Amino acid sequence: MKKSFRKSALTAAVMLGTLGVVSAAQAQQPLNVVSWGGAYTMSQEEAYSKPWTEKTGQRIVNIDRSATGLAGLRAQVEAGNVTWDLVDMLPADAKIACAEGLIEILDHDELLSPAPDGTPASQDFVPGALDECFVATIVYSNIVAFNTEMFPADKQPSKIADIFDLENYPGMRSLQRRPINNLEWALLADGVPHDEVYEMLTTEAGLERAFAKLDTIKDNTIWWSEGAQPPQLLADKEVAFASAYNGRIFDAQVNENQPFEIIWDGQVFELDGWVVPRGKMDVAKDFLRFSTDTERNAAQASYISYGPARMSAAGLVGQHIPTGIEMTPHMPTYEPNFATALPKDDEFWADYQDELNERFDAWLAN
Amino acid sequence: MSVSMPGSQTNPESGVVGSGGATAPLLAADGRPLKVSLRRAMFKNKARALLLVSPLLIFLFVAFVMPIFSMLTRSVESNEVITLLPNTAMAVQAWDGEGLPDELTFAALAGDLKQGQIDRNLGRVASRLNYEYSGMRSTITGTARRITNLENPESWKETLIDINSNWADTGVWRVIKRESSGYTLSYYLAAMDMRYDEEGKIVRQPETRRVYVDLMIKTLWMSILITFMCFILGYPVAFLLASLPLSTSNLLMMMVLLPFWTSLLVRTTSWIAILQSQGVLNNILVAIGVVDDNNRLQLIYNQIGTIVAMTHILLPFMILPLYSVMKSISPSYMRAARSMGATGYTAFRRVYFPQTLPGIGAGAILVFILAIGYYITPALVGGESGRFITNFIAYHMQVSLNWGLAAAIASILLGAVIMLYLLYNRIVGSDNLKLG
Repeated sequence: MKKSFRKSALTAAVMLGTLGVVSAAQAQQPLNVVSWGGAYTMSQEEAYSKPWTEKTGQRIVNIDRSATGLAGLRAQVEAGNVTWDLVDMLPADAKIACAEGLIEILDHDELLSPAPDGTPASQDFVPGALDECFVATIVYSNIVAFNTEMFPADKQPSKIADIFDLENYPGMRSLQRRPINNLEWALLADGVPHDEVYEMLTTEAGLERAFAKLDTIKDNTIWWSEGAQPPQLLADKEVAFASAYNGRIFDAQVNENQPFEIIWDGQVFELDGWVVPRGKMDVAKDFLRFSTDTERNAAQASYISYGPARMSAAGLVGQHIPTGIEMTPHMPTYEPNFATALPKDDEFWADYQDELNERFDAWLAN
Repeated sequence: MSVSMPGSQTNPESGVVGSGGATAPLLAADGRPLKVSLRRAMFKNKARALLLVSPLLIFLFVAFVMPIFSMLTRSVESNEVITLLPNTAMAVQAWDGEGLPDELTFAALAGDLKQGQIDRNLGRVASRLNYEYSGMRSTITGTARRITNLENPESWKETLIDINSNWADTGVWRVIKRESSGYTLSYYLAAMDMRYDEEGKIVRQPETRRVYVDLMIKTLWMSILITFMCFILGYPVAFLLASLPLSTSNLLMMMVLLPFWTSLLVRTTSWIAILQSQGVLNNILVAIGVVDDNNRLQLIYNQIGTIVAMTHILLPFMILPLYSVMKSISPSYMRAARSMGATGYTAFRRVYFPQTLPGIGAGAILVFILAIGYYITPALVGGESGRFITNFIAYHMQVSLNWGLAAAIASILLGAVIMLYLLYNRIVGSDNLKLG
């Protein structure tokens, strides 16, 4: 009797142990990470996901839905079935998602690892990189690029105003189908100083001035909506100029040897980074900490020309791993590139984008 | 119904009623009254039939009726102010709409904002009010952030206005009052390029912001054009399919069906390869000297692109119903017409063509309704001028997240399609439709 009791106790213990193992294995479910796709997701894969899977065995599932990330988050939270664990988002969208309670509030110093020299996370990021619910990983830039073969060697464009100069720089242009960036560039090209651009856009006169400037190239513009389009249009010589995310142009330059050149003048830069969907903090926080540490942050810059958001990572930026070229001159934050840069005003666009999108559409239609 | 009945009582109802109450009711074989027995048998049949179609009914209800109903509701629903700023919504009712509301209303607003900041749900009301009044998003979220730790100041009115001067704007308060009823017309107004002005009257949007009405008309017009092109191209093909010998027509049928089975995206992108300015067609034109190399034709990313690609994609929906109708027309009619002296053209016009009308009707309505709801193809090849209203519905669903406006535009589109269908029904007649 006693023996059999011991035996069954042992069996129970073994079974419990097995259960423990099983639940540990269940905890290792893959992590659903939403991002932008293309070259950008690839850089995240190389810099964060692969080392993470090597270290912990947890698989990362990439979902290319960031372009409609806010809509997706809202739908998932409303339906009460959040399947995304971590989402790559622009700070403007993150502000809205945060105000709607769709994403978690982050305690940056507790969640993020300090810099190698011990500087706490809250002091190691570029200004604006840490928001209530948001932690930036990169600084990227909206620029205009051109195909060097479309212009004579002694007459290559170099200024943002050149895209509005059809006489000296003929050919089609391709701009993103939205008012953001285009209105800023129109005013910059029209001679408005950097620090007055957004103030001017709140006035009717300023808007008229911006649209009037855009009017001059309207008939010569193809409007794009997917980030992959501008490099394609430039490569096909469908257009001479195209606005684009600087990383996409870099990718075409070095990986496909396209004769593209970036006009850094008047670049509009902004940040991009992680948010944690509501209720996913426990699942996502380890990967969040891992992917935002100094080493990972610097590593990403070896795959794509987006500047690291951590100041301690800036000095570690080295060479492009696939080709071995020096990354620093391709970064939006590189001193000569940065001289005439304009920071995107998220607050302005959060307030005015509904109205200006409509106005922009009406302008396009007429 | 194994009951044998006299001839005059074939119709059981009239039989029983006709016999009146005086005679004993007819009995079925098992001794029950025939009427009861029949009703039972009929009920069983009906129940069985209903049971058989119930999966379809449930499916239709869940996948069709409910979404349309929820779309219609969403297009007029505006419960953000009333649920997220409840005290303000209540207090502002007492305000007459002139000048500024009283201190109590401002205090109610401050209380609601503080609560909202704790519950983290101000974003929705901020977005909602920002549609009506640009700047409200930052006004609400910014004010809420700054008053969280503020305890009962002397005057909430002064404090709030001090934090953001928008609170001193009568227009802002009129918007809040208007939107606190739970329902709104403003999505429909926006969809029809109208808005409320500062006084709350309905006016047209300024010219710089009119988008949807013109686009709606253009969408209808282009869909009609695409339907017509499908008819012009599809009719001869269907005729050939129906009249050629089987071996040839089978081959032709494959050529119609193969693209039909190919993915929509593949077909659309192949049109890009053909039509773009460095594409196949332009290269041929340049090679044979019709077009100058520096002056290549812009055939895509405009209306031409949308019309060409969509005509191609929707063509089978015209050909197949036409084919099945033509197949059933006996060739002897044409021969009879010819033998009685009609020319080939007259015979076609007066004998053959009228018999194909049901096929044309079916094909046209299929193509038209599919065309008007398309949005992937116009988005890919339509550029700016080849855009459909549906692209804006998708845009407001996915990007701007203004689901109310998307629902309003979609409802108007639905209404327009129903109206057109009724009109069509009046002219052609829905019993004159033949899908095969």
